[in-house]
This record gives sequence, structure tokens and C-alpha cells, in this order.
Amino acid sequence: MEKKKKWPEDWQDVNPGLMVFRPGSAREYHTGSWRADRPIFDESKCIRCGLCYIFCPEGCISQDERGYFHADLDYCKGCGICAHECWSGAITMVEEG
Amino acid sequence: MNIVENFDLYAPKLTDKKEYFSPGHRACQGCGEALAIRLMCKALGKDTIIVNATGCMEVVSTMYPTTAWELPWIHVAFPNSASVGAGVEAALKVLRRKGKIDDRDVKTVCIGGDGGTFDIGLQALSGTMERGHDLLYVCFDNEAYMNTGIQRSGATPFGASTTTNPAGSASIGKNQWKKNVAEIMVAHNVPYVATACPSYPVDFMNKVKKAREFKGPSFIHCMSVCPTGWRIPSAECIKMGRLAVESGVFPLYEVENGRYRFTYRPEPLRPVEQYIKKQGRFRHLTPETIESVQKRVILEYKKLVDRVDGLHSWDELELAD
Repeated sequence: MEKKKKWPEDWQDVNPGLMVFRPGSAREYHTGSWRADRPIFDESKCIRCGLCYIFCPEGCISQDERGYFHADLDYCKGCGICAHECWSGAITMVEEG
Repeated sequence: MNIVENFDLYAPKLTDKKEYFSPGHRACQGCGEALAIRLMCKALGKDTIIVNATGCMEVVSTMYPTTAWELPWIHVAFPNSASVGAGVEAALKVLRRKGKIDDRDVKTVCIGGDGGTFDIGLQALSGTMERGHDLLYVCFDNEAYMNTGIQRSGATPFGASTTTNPAGSASIGKNQWKKNVAEIMVAHNVPYVATACPSYPVDFMNKVKKAREFKGPSFIHCMSVCPTGWRIPSAECIKMGRLAVESGVFPLYEVENGRYRFTYRPEPLRPVEQYIKKQGRFRHLTPETIESVQKRVILEYKKLVDRVDGLHSWDELELAD
């Protein structure tokens, strides 16, 4: 099977006008590797208000079926906004590694 | 007062869960502008065409051959996002009239940074507003040309140190005051002008939704904190926006057909010092300079209060016989 190209290798491969036809394809790149601090969510303190979800610049925090929020560590850059803004202190940042 | 108890606390859960600005974009950690874009797209929904001037958001969101956008998006040069938006809006109108596209409400939204709005794109923006195209222009103001490395712009506040006017023994950084672009847009007599900040997400999304409903040009000036350029820890991004609003540096108001209204009235104001002391770009300011900044901020705030409270333009006026 032919290997899928990550980017155009020749000028003929480039779409006219450099158009990109795959919406949301930035998901292929995992920004989680930038992270220095990792958010830890404490479910016993969480009041499920969704503030971390609304303030996440990445949009990587989502709600699970029980209503608790968790960050997708593939994309979390570790900015610490969620931990700083959390009303109940349910999120702490711990150093990666 | 809200009817539902703790409505504001739980309001974030009621927003659209779909992400139109996907994760994986390359914005800096804690970027307030990426957050603002994400919230704006949530408020706008899928029937939207985004016209993006050059700036941070164009650079971080579209790393060829990928894109973070899940909406139709076009990148244009620095000065002309408003003109291209006008063209897109006119083209949609024609295609709809000829029956080539569905007859549904598609909003054209132009976005630009403070460089693309305050300095380079002001003339195109003014023309578009004057011609009355049905579009929304959102300015994401992070108070310098952050994309190219923190150069001074018309939106940089007094006393801020940037790479093109660094603070030192001979200078205190930028010597001029910030341009009030929302007021310039009010002077164009457009139906809707608002200032917003993503630190107040529900308020910001409500303003975007409201602007979407207006048939005609509307303008939103959105303060988006830039931790990299403002020299603050990335975790304090939201807090800094809140301090800007609560200290009166960036009051939140909306102007609907000329009528001013505060959407959040932070009185009594916090001292500006609390806002300034936290930021590395103001580190060199002396107490006397901060005092003068405080005076100016209060003056500007009072001018706005006058416009909100002293509205008599809609009173009956008797004409001479």
C-alpha cells in the first residue's frame, strides 16, 4: 500500500490556492508534547460546573458520561488556566515526567 | 438577579459542545485569543464564513497542509479582511438571488488582530462599515503585533514596553495612549458595536449571537490577553482579562443603534496598579507614572459613564413653529 503523504512533496501535489479540504485536520498534530505541567482532575472536589471546559484555549477538556470533566492529554499544552480558574480547587498542576 | 440559582456558575455547560476551532492549533500556551476564537465560533454556529486577516490566528491555525478550522475560512492580506468580507457577503447575496445556493442565513465574519484593525486595516474597515454590508467584524486586540514578536501598535497602552519601543533610561516605552477603535466604529453609525473579553465567556458569546442577528455591519472589540507579549504566567490569562475589566481599563459595554449600555459595571473600580503590577511589560513604571495612568483611566471611564447615564437623545424635542 502506498504510504500516506504527510505534506505535498512536489509542487504538482499542491492544491490551487493552497486550499485545504480537510476541516479540523490540525488534530493530526499532538500539541501535548509541549506540556511541562500536567493537570490532575480530582473528582471528589469537582462540582461539574464546566468552567475548565469553557476556559480551555485548546478545547481539549470534555465531559464524560458521568458528568465529570477531563483533559485530552494529546492536546493539553499545560497552560494551567483550568487549575487557576477552578472554583473548588479540583484541578492541580503537577510536573510532567 | 437570575431566576435560576447559580445560573452563571453552570452556564458553561449549556454552550454548544461542537468545536469549530479544533485542538491541535499551534497557539502559545494559555493564548487568550485562541480561547476567544473558540468561543466566538461556538456562538456563531456552522452557517458562517470566516475571513481572516494576517495575524497570530492565521499563523497558528493553518499549518499547511492542515487547518484547525471546521468552518469555511479564507486568509487575506493584512489590510483588507473587511473588504474581502464585503465581497464574500455580496457574492453570497448574488448566488442566493440566482438560486445557486440554499436560501439560508449565512453570516460573513471578518476577524483581525489589533494590527489588522487599528493600524493597517482601519481604512478598509471604515469603508465596509460605511457601505453597510451585512457582516460582523471581530477585532481580537492583544495590544501589540504579537505574531511578529511584540512590536508596538496603535492598540498598545501607555507605558508598555515592546521590542520597537523598549523601556530604558531615555524612554518609558510607548508614549501615546491607546486608540479607542470602538468609539470610531460608533461614529460610523453602525447598528451594533460592543466590547467584550473572553474572561466573561457568556457575555462574549451573547454579544456575538446578538451581532449575528443584526442585518448590517456590526463590530466587536474583543480584548484577548497574550501571556507571551504581556509577560505574565500563562495560568493568569483569564485573571488578567478580568482585572482589565474590573479596573476600568477595558470596560464592557455595547452600543445598539447609538444607545450605550454597560453589560458589566465593575463599580467601585479596582486600582489600576493591581492590573499593571502583574505584567512584565509595565515593570519599569514608577509610582508617579502609574498615578497618571490611573487618572487617565478614571477620566475615560467617567466619559463612558456620561454616555451611558446621560442619554437624552431619545427624548422628545419640540421644533419651532
